[in-house]
Amino acid sequence: MITADRKPFEEIKASVKDYDKIMVLGCETCVAICQAGGEKEAEILASELKLAFGNEGKKVEVNDEHVIRQCDDEFMADPSFLEKVKEADIVLSIACGVGVQHACNFFNRTITDKPIRVVPGLNTTFMGANIDVGLWEERCLGCGDCVLEKTGGICPITRCAKSLLNGPCGGSSNGKCEINADTDCAWHLIIERLEVLGELDRIKPVEMYKDWRPSHSGGPRKRVREDLRL
Amino acid sequence: MKSGSNLEKLLEKGEFVITGELGPPKGTDVEVVKEKAGMLKGNVDAVNITDNQTAIVRMSSIATSRILIDEGLEPTMQMVARDRNRLAMMSDLFGANALGIRNMLCLSGDHQSFGNHPEAKNVFDIDSIQMIHMVKTMRDEHKVICGDEIEGDFKMFIGAASNPFADPFQYRVHRLAKKVEAGLDFIQTQCIYDMKRFKEFMKQVVDMGLHERCKILAGVTPLKSVGMARYMAANVSGISIPEDMIERLKAAGKGNVAAEGIKIVCEQIQELRALEGIAGVHLMAIEWEHRVHEIVEMAGLLPRPKG
Repeated sequence: MITADRKPFEEIKASVKDYDKIMVLGCETCVAICQAGGEKEAEILASELKLAFGNEGKKVEVNDEHVIRQCDDEFMADPSFLEKVKEADIVLSIACGVGVQHACNFFNRTITDKPIRVVPGLNTTFMGANIDVGLWEERCLGCGDCVLEKTGGICPITRCAKSLLNGPCGGSSNGKCEINADTDCAWHLIIERLEVLGELDRIKPVEMYKDWRPSHSGGPRKRVREDLRL
Repeated sequence: MKSGSNLEKLLEKGEFVITGELGPPKGTDVEVVKEKAGMLKGNVDAVNITDNQTAIVRMSSIATSRILIDEGLEPTMQMVARDRNRLAMMSDLFGANALGIRNMLCLSGDHQSFGNHPEAKNVFDIDSIQMIHMVKTMRDEHKVICGDEIEGDFKMFIGAASNPFADPFQYRVHRLAKKVEAGLDFIQTQCIYDMKRFKEFMKQVVDMGLHERCKILAGVTPLKSVGMARYMAANVSGISIPEDMIERLKAAGKGNVAAEGIKIVCEQIQELRALEGIAGVHLMAIEWEHRVHEIVEMAGLLPRPKG
């Protein structure tokens, strides 16, 4: 899933302070599961903004709405919802960065008689897993060329602070990374895992230079499935 | 000859070599480099020039290396994977070679979070083992990574680091083997205090025959004070300093600790010299360059032979 954190309240407030009708728009998928931008968080943020502007004697209308996914047209196409978007002066999206951009693009494609302004309320952080209650950890960088088959299912590109393909570096100590004692050394985990699997020989050959073209280094990526296109 | 460097020639002759280390200044002060170089001259066979060590911005290792050549010393230019992608590395290696630099050390590099610009984006396009392979390809096949021919000569004696004290211990020798496989000529180890663990590591190295495929220089750093010993044990990855060594420093008493530290390092050099597979020592006396002559003399390694 994609994880995110809410931006500092003062930063959010400053980004919407010049508008009288604000719509806080939640997203009910990834960011709802990591409790950063779902229906409940949209309600809370709307209340906080009302209170903060109210205390300053500023008359502002703040409404909260939510959709299942802001990264997909079909969940935002309801005409009554689009009418509310059109009435707002600004949409404060608390989806991930994908949702913010897609909602903005969709609203401006669909509503043609008025430009729709969309700003983010979250900082999108990573693609990760829910490890424990209240704990998420990064697991994939989307490099476009998966090596997990060779590394016992533990990603060195993502989980090694230096993305080493021939680790561990000299900074690995007691199973922890040199950057801090809270971070596991990915290569220590890989070696332990491969030992259990009896596959330690897999990492003995030198792993050659990575082709970074399938990653973001090759520029913004696009996925086309001709068989699915109309 | 792979590079024709003094270091390579001495190692080929079977001389017990000693290399030193010099950290470039945090700015443009050439005099600092010259002063440190003057203290090392005649005492060591080659000098490692660090590349923004601990991720703190310093004069470039290439420029500092060239200043060293002008001062009559032989540099071993360090290069880290943290700050350059493969294009920048190869380009800098051409430049370094054109400036007369013939030894280098391929390193991953300390993470930028340790340094004075923790906000920086790191590179790590290729890792230290791939860097060894890249330099070997440039030298032996006369080609850059993509296969394009190199115009002109390219000579380099290829080194890397090995930390026998990092974890997991049982894997460290295999990592060295990978570096040898990638095309390494010599290795310098992390500084050794735990001789027992180092001997275990060297037994594995010799059993695998790695000492016959690359030259191994054992790293040593004199302990200046009890505080330094405690600091290093707590903060430098994989460093463990035996308690009896710290007790010995303490017992030396006020004013005598540094001299005791020098005595200890000289004893270590003798012990390492007797060890199978050790071709020399790498003396890291950072900010203690003025004591290097004394150490090398006491260790019985003067005068230095010419390659």
